[in-house]
Amino acid sequence: MAWKTVDRVSQPASDSPGLSEPLKDKIRGFFDRYPTKRAALIPALHMIQDDHGYIGWRAMDEVAELLEITASDVFDTVSFYSHFWTHPRGKKVVMVCRSISCDLLGADDVLSECKRVMGIDEHETSADGSYSLMTEECLATCDHGPCMVVNEKLHKCVSPSQVEKILNDADNDVLDVPRSDLYDGAERNQG
Amino acid sequence: MNEYEPILLRNVGKPNVRQLDAYRATGGYEGAVRALAHTPDEVIDVVKRANLRGRGGAGFPAGVKWSFLPKERDITYLCVNADESEPPTFSNRVLMEEDPHQLLEGILIAGYATQATVAYLYMRAEFAEQFHIMQKALDEAYHAGYFGKNILNSGYDLECYIHRGAGAYVCGEETGLIESLEGKRGWPRIKPPFPAIQGAFGKPTVVNNVETLANLPHIIQRGADWFMGIGPEGSSGPKLFCISGAVNKPGCYEWSMDITVRDLIEDDRFGGGMRDGLKVKAVMPGGISMGILTADELDMKMDFSDPANYGLLGLGTSSAIVIDEHTDIRKVLRNVARFYAHESCGQCTQCREGTSWMYKIANRVERGLGRAEDIELLGQIPSKMGMMPGLSICGLSDGATFAIRTIVEKFRSELEGYVGSVDDEVVRIALEIAN
Ligand SMILES: Cc1cc2nc3c(=O)[nH]c(=O)nc-3n(C[C@H](O)[C@H](O)[C@H](O)COP(=O)(O)O)c2cc1C
Ligand code: SF4
Ligand code: FES
Repeated sequence: MAWKTVDRVSQPASDSPGLSEPLKDKIRGFFDRYPTKRAALIPALHMIQDDHGYIGWRAMDEVAELLEITASDVFDTVSFYSHFWTHPRGKKVVMVCRSISCDLLGADDVLSECKRVMGIDEHETSADGSYSLMTEECLATCDHGPCMVVNEKLHKCVSPSQVEKILNDADNDVLDVPRSDLYDGAERNQG
Repeated sequence: MNEYEPILLRNVGKPNVRQLDAYRATGGYEGAVRALAHTPDEVIDVVKRANLRGRGGAGFPAGVKWSFLPKERDITYLCVNADESEPPTFSNRVLMEEDPHQLLEGILIAGYATQATVAYLYMRAEFAEQFHIMQKALDEAYHAGYFGKNILNSGYDLECYIHRGAGAYVCGEETGLIESLEGKRGWPRIKPPFPAIQGAFGKPTVVNNVETLANLPHIIQRGADWFMGIGPEGSSGPKLFCISGAVNKPGCYEWSMDITVRDLIEDDRFGGGMRDGLKVKAVMPGGISMGILTADELDMKMDFSDPANYGLLGLGTSSAIVIDEHTDIRKVLRNVARFYAHESCGQCTQCREGTSWMYKIANRVERGLGRAEDIELLGQIPSKMGMMPGLSICGLSDGATFAIRTIVEKFRSELEGYVGSVDDEVVRIALEIAN
């Protein structure tokens, strides 16, 4: 886990969105699942990120207040997990698996092709804000390597020649199964 | 090889089996009904007699683990470990995708046996489709009265929630999982106290793997003797094996634990032989954390005891990555070293520093900048970290140790051929530039 640093210059707290009432309600809906409010933090962070695209400083302050913990407790948790972003990211996040099975099946070439098509390097976001590029450890689909994920959607047995087509497909992040909206942010389905 | 009738994967490919009705038509939830008609202690006793050993990696007998719970307790939590992030393992994914109710039935039985009040199914964040599938199945099961209050009029109450993780391998370690469930960084806890005494939210807690629990409906239905009759002594019951890499049919297969690594690779019922007629160079048969085998060691049995005879840490997740003859061992070494350096949570100095140090060395060896002493160093660092010498909080560092040490020991001459050919001064300058 790499430590993420706080960047209050390019990301002042006042610029980032706070929690809407529907979102707060959605988070409160998780309270009776756990004996402590803090345990609702990770579900809350998923929902915030789902609505805002990332977890900004204001959202961290406000979720801290909602869960009756400190903002530093929240940042402590946020900074540990690779799925949480503290700064805006592309509309779609592409993650290429780099663990052993995918690596031996040519994950490097898939990653290079992603970089070429998007015109960005790993950990970067394209200028038009459409894509961010990341690598991930094993996605538990090693029998279908190389694998990559667009938002939540897993693409299996990806060859470099398919990358461009996948990235240009507007529906490349649509799941094959019906969704449960349990973990979706409150705004997600409103448009 | 004997014949084998699939148990855990018996419903794969059947129409609509993710739906409750279709699952029930295959005898589903009958095990749970039967369990609820017995006392919790009777259920624990059957599971103990069956010697169901944990499928999450450590192989600890589930029934024994449950009996560590204090006799007097008001609240008990059951945590279901679906964090599955050990490369190259994907059997829990298959179980949840193909037969979600089988797992839910297992959760209900384990919950009842341990008198759990709440069960949390901790799922790694990357399991997206699997989350939606499990949540839909759970909604259905609740609706049919298999969860909630007074389940099937037994007087037993169990709530079950899916808790999604957020991307960290170490959250698969049981106390890392508990910390993460509590909304904190997934930092493993110092043990004792063990979770059975003081786990989630300070209460007695049982953590079990998905595959472990998926066995329970069948044990209850068919009995401990039936279970003991499958596979060798000490390694009884059905088992899922994953195979990926340079084979014709990578996938997840079920068999008893009396197959060898060679069977898994070559038999048509499993891997179906090497791709393009390539030869095997190496196999990591239990997930990368158990260590590596050479092509001469393929007779190792995929059971709980044989791996130790080959210098491996254990059976692990019984998931094999098959490495072919054209693969540079340095690539394997670097990839594996990077994994641990990235995933070490950083609490223990020697794990945090040791994994990064090994990665740096593996990196320079791969780039042809290795010094002669680097191989020696790579062999030494692992002896200075891990739970085994009592130096660290969790088993991640033991996984790193076994992976790296066995690669260095078993492929030493190949690695030595790559180092020392560059002048030390050149290495020094190159490293200076790189840093
Ligand atoms: C670093 C590390 C990662 C682990 N990851 C997992 C995992 O993803 N899934 C799992 O079931 N067990 C994992 N384990 C093992 C758990 O700590 C625990 O032993 C297991 O969940 C117990 O379940 P079982 O007794 O049913 O096998 C991991 C252990 C370590 C040290
Ligand atoms: S051994 Fe490594 S991963 Fe485990 S607690 Fe210590 S630093 Fe963290
Ligand atoms: S190694 Fe890529 S999915 Fe497992």
